[in-house]
Amino acid sequence: MRAMDYRGPRRVRVVDKPMPKLEHPRDAIVRVTRSCICGSDLHLYHGMVPDTRVGMTFGHEFCGVVEEVGSGVENLKAGDHVLVPFNIACGQCHFCKQGLFGNCHESNAQATAVGGIFGYSHTAGGYDGGQAEYVRVPYADFGPTIIPDWMDPDDAVLLTDVVPTGYQAAEMGGIQKGDTVVVFGAGPVGLLAARSAWLFGAGRVIVIDHVEYRLEFARTYCPAEVYDFREIGDPVVFLKKITDIGPDVCIDAVGADASGNAWHTLFGKKLKLEAGSAVPLHWAINSVKKGGVVSIVGVYGPTGNMVPIGNVVNKGITIRANQASVKRHLPKLIEHVREGRIDPKGIITHRVPLEDVAEAYHLFSSKLDGCIKPVLIPSAA
Amino acid sequence: MSKDIPMTQSEQADAAADTAPDAKHPRIDPQTVIGWGVDADPENDPTYPMRDRSKDDGPGMNWTPPVAQVADVEILQSVEYLRRPATVGQSTPPSGLSGKIRRAAFAYSESQWGHWLLLMLADRVNFVEGIVDDLGKGTLPNPVAEMGLVKSSNARVAGVATLAVAGLAVFGLVTLLRGRDR
Repeated sequence: MRAMDYRGPRRVRVVDKPMPKLEHPRDAIVRVTRSCICGSDLHLYHGMVPDTRVGMTFGHEFCGVVEEVGSGVENLKAGDHVLVPFNIACGQCHFCKQGLFGNCHESNAQATAVGGIFGYSHTAGGYDGGQAEYVRVPYADFGPTIIPDWMDPDDAVLLTDVVPTGYQAAEMGGIQKGDTVVVFGAGPVGLLAARSAWLFGAGRVIVIDHVEYRLEFARTYCPAEVYDFREIGDPVVFLKKITDIGPDVCIDAVGADASGNAWHTLFGKKLKLEAGSAVPLHWAINSVKKGGVVSIVGVYGPTGNMVPIGNVVNKGITIRANQASVKRHLPKLIEHVREGRIDPKGIITHRVPLEDVAEAYHLFSSKLDGCIKPVLIPSAA
Repeated sequence: MSKDIPMTQSEQADAAADTAPDAKHPRIDPQTVIGWGVDADPENDPTYPMRDRSKDDGPGMNWTPPVAQVADVEILQSVEYLRRPATVGQSTPPSGLSGKIRRAAFAYSESQWGHWLLLMLADRVNFVEGIVDDLGKGTLPNPVAEMGLVKSSNARVAGVATLAVAGLAVFGLVTLLRGRDR
């Protein structure tokens, strides 16, 4: 089969690889029909996530058709169209029982902090991902969800990560009616976080970024007040001035690849001595109102970051963070899509053949051609 | 303020804030947003993730584990686990010098910077191993195509162009060094 092949920082290609096979009774093999490149794939692509091995296939956002199931899978059959949450979760451990499907204790031998994630380095379990024609799906009797007949596959594939992650970012903010919510980052997750903030009753939604075309997109898609951080001076001062006491909720939807501070860029992105550049987290902590909530869905590496933890104490801030627990959100999000409250495929700007994966990564990484969300389509789709 | 004196960040923020919201940054009327408040819930505070004691089966590993997968390749395991999780990913097992470094890294817990820094070192070594592996299989590196600077359909052209540029660079360097010797 054809599959994406990581060769080192900023270098990927498509090669022939062996077909995946069932390795556990609860496995399924899925033929991929859509696979996205996620903003967090760029952290891998930029060489920022430890234990990202040459030869791995990335891709944790995909949907497709079930080809084969293991003897322990009774709720799926060959031919079913499924969307596959990016979390590999057993559904029965202590953490899965709590709905913490991103923290499953039975899917990642290499690290205890995070559960298994498709195609996301060995730090997230060493599973090959869905930027391929076929993929092995562990715990297939729990994770995959059958795509409703009425749903467009372009909507379905975005329900595997982007939409639930944005939605959970807003949920973790504990937003109440009338709250002011600031979202740092106008990438795909930031856009969905801002859109979701309205569903929770926000009274004002502000998006901060520096990529003009993305801010312009956020203005209409979310819709949101948008500000270019290059034009507003110190973003923390600015946000306090326009909100009087600071926002009620700040959401970090950027993570390790953030721009905006030379110090963090040097230590986090160039020298890799921090777990990425924590600029939005810094801004979120310092701008949120005293007693406010900072919600983090931006992905950072596992080492450490320079963040003003003293201000968290002094301001009495609540920080909530996690990988999205996709399966938990799906029933509600499918309903939102059906009712037209969320338009997932509205953020797709590029549909690219899998064979052109290198070009798609380059476009997305360098923010070229108005790229917001690229979707890869295998020839066997 | 004199035009010769640049504004401080605070003054810039002041100036920007004086004009916000404006035509460029209009306030959104929540009532105009489709679905506004449909998920508003006073009970969502404090919110997920928080401990749900009704589903809490006490301290320790009290659940029945799934059937354990039999791994066909070497799996490195965090020292923080009491036993291996039931399923594992079998992509790209450790090998070569990078594999040795990765094995050394897994002697340390996830709490140790040495663990992660050794893994980052292994990744860099693995990058070089990837090139050597390609050459060993008779595949010439094609960085122009792999970095996505051309469409894959033009990858062969890009490969030839890369080789030509590399060849010219080597030729130029040799010529330069010979000129210096004289």
